[in-house]
Amino acid sequence: MLSTLVDLSRPGHYLHWGFIQISVANAVVIGLMIVTFVVAVVVPFRAGGRDR
Amino acid sequence: MSGTAERPGSDSLAVASRQPDAEPWHGPTIRYDLVKEFLVAVVAMAVVAVALSAILSSPDARPLTIRQWAQADPSDFVATAVTELNGTSPTATYGPPYNQWASGEGQKLGPLGIERWAGVHVPVDTSVDFVLAPLGVAAQSDPALAAALRQYASATAGRQQAWATAYGNGLAHAGFGDGGVTLPPGRYGPVAPMMTGLLDMARTGSLDADLLASPQFYGTDYTKPLLFLADGSFMANQAQAQHLTGTQWGMMNETGNYPGQAWLWLYTMWYQVKPFTTTGNADALVWATMMLLTLGLLLVPFIPGVRSIPRLVPVYRLIWRDHYRRLAAASAGTVVPPAAQQPQRA
Amino acid sequence: MSDITDTTVRPAPDPLADGTPAPGDERMWTARLRGAAVRALPPGKLLPDRQPSYVASWVYVFGVLTLGAFTVICLSGVVLILKGPSWWHESSVGLFFNSIHLWSVELFFFFMVLHLWGKFFMASWRGNRALTWMTGVIAFLTSVGTAFTGYLSQQNFDSQWIGTQAKDGLNSVGVGSFFNVLNFGQMLLWHVLLLPLGVAVLVGLHLLLVRRRGVVRPLPAPGRARHRGVGLQVSSAAPVAEEPAPDGADR
Repeated sequence: MLSTLVDLSRPGHYLHWGFIQISVANAVVIGLMIVTFVVAVVVPFRAGGRDR
Repeated sequence: MSGTAERPGSDSLAVASRQPDAEPWHGPTIRYDLVKEFLVAVVAMAVVAVALSAILSSPDARPLTIRQWAQADPSDFVATAVTELNGTSPTATYGPPYNQWASGEGQKLGPLGIERWAGVHVPVDTSVDFVLAPLGVAAQSDPALAAALRQYASATAGRQQAWATAYGNGLAHAGFGDGGVTLPPGRYGPVAPMMTGLLDMARTGSLDADLLASPQFYGTDYTKPLLFLADGSFMANQAQAQHLTGTQWGMMNETGNYPGQAWLWLYTMWYQVKPFTTTGNADALVWATMMLLTLGLLLVPFIPGVRSIPRLVPVYRLIWRDHYRRLAAASAGTVVPPAAQQPQRA
Repeated sequence: MSDITDTTVRPAPDPLADGTPAPGDERMWTARLRGAAVRALPPGKLLPDRQPSYVASWVYVFGVLTLGAFTVICLSGVVLILKGPSWWHESSVGLFFNSIHLWSVELFFFFMVLHLWGKFFMASWRGNRALTWMTGVIAFLTSVGTAFTGYLSQQNFDSQWIGTQAKDGLNSVGVGSFFNVLNFGQMLLWHVLLLPLGVAVLVGLHLLLVRRRGVVRPLPAPGRARHRGVGLQVSSAAPVAEEPAPDGADR
């Protein structure tokens, strides 16, 4: 097996909440999505800074 | 700031903003380099993907084989094989597209028996394909097995069923060693040596090879070995350990700690809740539900109420806050645009 | 005699430079198609240098990030095609390119969904843009199908499990008779050709529609009514706007 910096092939970790069961990995992805969306809405956009 | 790159249009910001949504924009514009933006996006995504690949790699859990199954859990393998022989396994009683039902109609949507309409297009006869045909190959070098097969073939259907049923019952108290299957005394007929023969084939890997073999040498269709594997508990146990089963939101998950398919969350959610958990028509019902919701997503622009949500949830005020600030500033005591550009009340 | 002394070099006249058909050629199918295309999307509209001043939020980059991720998916996919479906199981370089393919797929869906959220909260279907929304949704669904056939083509435990489970859903509605998820050959071909082509065509249509209609205006300023509701708007010749009070006060 290729050695990687972080080995994700160990048994997965799961979060349980009522009938919801979600892997830590998926929860991280979904959390990042929400954070990214909020950041994109909130952070000011300056088009001039991208012009050359 | 975008100030130096902004150019006024033929309309003022206020006038242009008030025009109907379908009208082209003639208000102020800013420089926006689409090609550069696209190339930056490609490079950015490539960099992130390469970084994630270098740090995290990707999952590749080795595929299961019938050989593994037979070696790890010979009891489950043989128990499954006997149901394939006597036509009581999940695959044998599946119905279309693999075979016709002896009774019943499969999953339905209310009165609609859609599963039945499509017909048998992937024919699988489990007793022949999974048991008798592979044993026929092994029997070419095993006279005792050949004799057992002849005895089985010449018996009546009722007698065949009786042997298989007795064998299945006897398995509950069977022992498994290098010598094969050790059963308590019973009337198993030729089924006992047949199952031992099949177990031998499975343990050596020749059953994998036989099920994969295609009549024309090259094959890319793994229907038969996969259906056989899925009928037993071995594969399901592996999946359960990896949180991949239906009641574990498995559709979203990946082996190990890798992220899976989060976008399937709504599809798999229904399998966790009533009435889907308690009906035999779960798959058809979930599909119908998702088709309906997908249609809803497609037709959002036309659905009253849903299409008004953006106006009621003030995310848009944040997204366009600069625009609204400038609009407010523009309309506070600035020059009224030329009459020709003023919107008139109809 | 100016033509004797006139030494100006002029380029040879090219009557087709602007796409105008020669006299008599106007009814040709080629001429009519070209004319319609150029009228719908003249070059300056197909690839504009400028956008309305309100296109100034980071929410607007999710679409192009999705496109960027799709490009990386295709490029890494081509490498996997070049070496064949068993390469990534046997070689660490192969595994690395498989990883790029997988992570770019995660990024693709990540930004596509953010793009969908953004477009929903901006009610971007307004002003004859319903088709833009719909091509986007269909592209999303086709992408899910493409990913699905990809997972089925992995030839590992994951694809064994996904196939044997997914067959039940598809069989229950009769689809399994024609689309056999346990048939690796069929799934791989759908994955590398048919479905990516479908996604590309839908995304192409989606982009052309965005260019054709332009980026949708902001919703009416808070507190200031412009139109009733924000549903699908029929294009009208004259704006049906309320005229603002000269002093800018809200009504």
